[in-house]
Amino acid sequence: MKDFFLKRHSRNKQYLFSIAIIVLVSSICFGLSGLVGYRVVALILLFTVSLLAITFDILPVLLAAALSAFIWNFFFIPPRFTIHVYTTEDTILLIMYFVIAMINAVLTYKIRQVEKISRLKEERANSVKLYNTILNSLSHELRTPIAAIIGATDNLQANNHLTKENREQLIEEISKASLRLNQQVENLLNISRLESGHIKPKNDWCDIIELVYDVVKRVEENNPGRKIHISINQDLPLCSLDKGMLDQVIYNLLNNAAIHTESSSRIDISVTCPVDILNIIIEDTGKGFTDIKIKDVFDKFSRSKNLKASTSGLGLSIVKGFTEAMSGNVELEKTNSHGSRFIISVPVKTSFIKVADI
Amino acid sequence: MNKAEILIIDDEPQIRKMLEITLQTNGYLSKSAVSAKEGLIMAANHPPELILLDLGLPDENGHLVLQKLRQWYTNPVIILSVQKNEEDIIKALDNGANDYLSKPFRTGELLARIRSALRDSISEEGDTTLNFQDLQIDLSARAVKKNNQLIKLTSTEYNLLSILIKNEGKVLTHQYLLRAIWGPGFINQSQYLRVFIAQVRKKIETDPNRPEYLLTESGVGYRFISKA
Repeated sequence: MKDFFLKRHSRNKQYLFSIAIIVLVSSICFGLSGLVGYRVVALILLFTVSLLAITFDILPVLLAAALSAFIWNFFFIPPRFTIHVYTTEDTILLIMYFVIAMINAVLTYKIRQVEKISRLKEERANSVKLYNTILNSLSHELRTPIAAIIGATDNLQANNHLTKENREQLIEEISKASLRLNQQVENLLNISRLESGHIKPKNDWCDIIELVYDVVKRVEENNPGRKIHISINQDLPLCSLDKGMLDQVIYNLLNNAAIHTESSSRIDISVTCPVDILNIIIEDTGKGFTDIKIKDVFDKFSRSKNLKASTSGLGLSIVKGFTEAMSGNVELEKTNSHGSRFIISVPVKTSFIKVADI
Repeated sequence: MNKAEILIIDDEPQIRKMLEITLQTNGYLSKSAVSAKEGLIMAANHPPELILLDLGLPDENGHLVLQKLRQWYTNPVIILSVQKNEEDIIKALDNGANDYLSKPFRTGELLARIRSALRDSISEEGDTTLNFQDLQIDLSARAVKKNNQLIKLTSTEYNLLSILIKNEGKVLTHQYLLRAIWGPGFINQSQYLRVFIAQVRKKIETDPNRPEYLLTESGVGYRFISKA
């Protein structure tokens, strides 16, 4: 019943419901007319109209008010089954009934209008806030490497006192900055793909073992000195899924772990595939997410304040977006050693073809 | 030895400059065209040994340019594309491109691709034994040795390995391999290919999980490279 009142109905349906409810309530009252006086019926009908005013638009409520006034007059005020009213008292009551019902409808409607406007204002304020966060985060993430490149090239061009070592360092900085820019652009493209809403997984048979080793190799290359421990059963079946998306999900999680944990902490990835669910667990022995709530970790632009390296705050929301696009699920929990454990599960079709089958 | 001449067809001046410097400092001659029209004219007037073709040209779709080139031009064409769009890459390879690189790429990678595209393709005649460090393949005897030990390959495994080796350095698309080995009815059965690639890797690679010969081009296909 509550759902019924809370739902937004189309205008036509609202008229129908208003009439139906007033008729229903009146019929019940009519059945009880031996027990309750006709003045009590007026209050019950008035109450019903007020309830309708909470959810329905103004016109259907006005209709309900007029209809109920008529029904009350016709079926309940003596003499019954006429529109005549005998006593002055009843005439006043009828007029009062009609006026109160109308005022009720109009007032409730106005209150709702005001509420709607304030809600819109709040939403706008929130989106302005989000927009500012995006701008700040982006301009920082994009400008820092650009500043590094400009600074380094200026030095290389204009400074004649650079030692060979200085030059090499500057060139190294340019190289690092451009890789970082490239990574940020990649993230932005992925986010905009997700935001646009038409992201559909392109499934194909994928050798998960090959994919995991390939991603691990890239993460290790981009984070020299870090080693990622892999544990996969070599009998894993082929899985049908979007390779590009899974690749990005695993890369972002491993790369995050490599960037944001001390080089002494251990990073593990393990993969299992029991009956058509691919489970991937990535865990580290770092310090974990201490200052943001676990449920907020996947939000766009949320980032921990005490990070080792700066980030855009997009990586984990891409992880969540892509995993969900593959109808999967990603969760974060704390490990016993205060590190982080990401658990990804994706439903997949599997294939256990053996060479002899072909 | 004559320097190989390479034609760059790319509308971005920065990329052209970078490519020219890279090529010239690595022993190639380079020429540049800024549009599809200019590129086609330059290629026709004086055919280069290799063409680097950007897919996103302003005056004509790169795929069309490639098709026009392929009507008469038989030397290698390497595609440069901005996006890692697999469909685009596969289409270009099907249209006769020898290889592709998506921007941004490392110059070392570019030079390696150019070297392998310029190398003559391995013919089945003449010397039929090919040596790749710890791997030897005798094409006439259909025999493969790893560390001088004969490896037992099934006939499908051998066919797969030999077609990749004969196209050393070149990426072969999934569809191409499926058609060549199993026939046109199998071009959508990519799971067969993955199973066999895994099988072949187990036999020829030192660590099958970290392949050094048989490399995956994600979403596109596979390529065999000789270890440097």
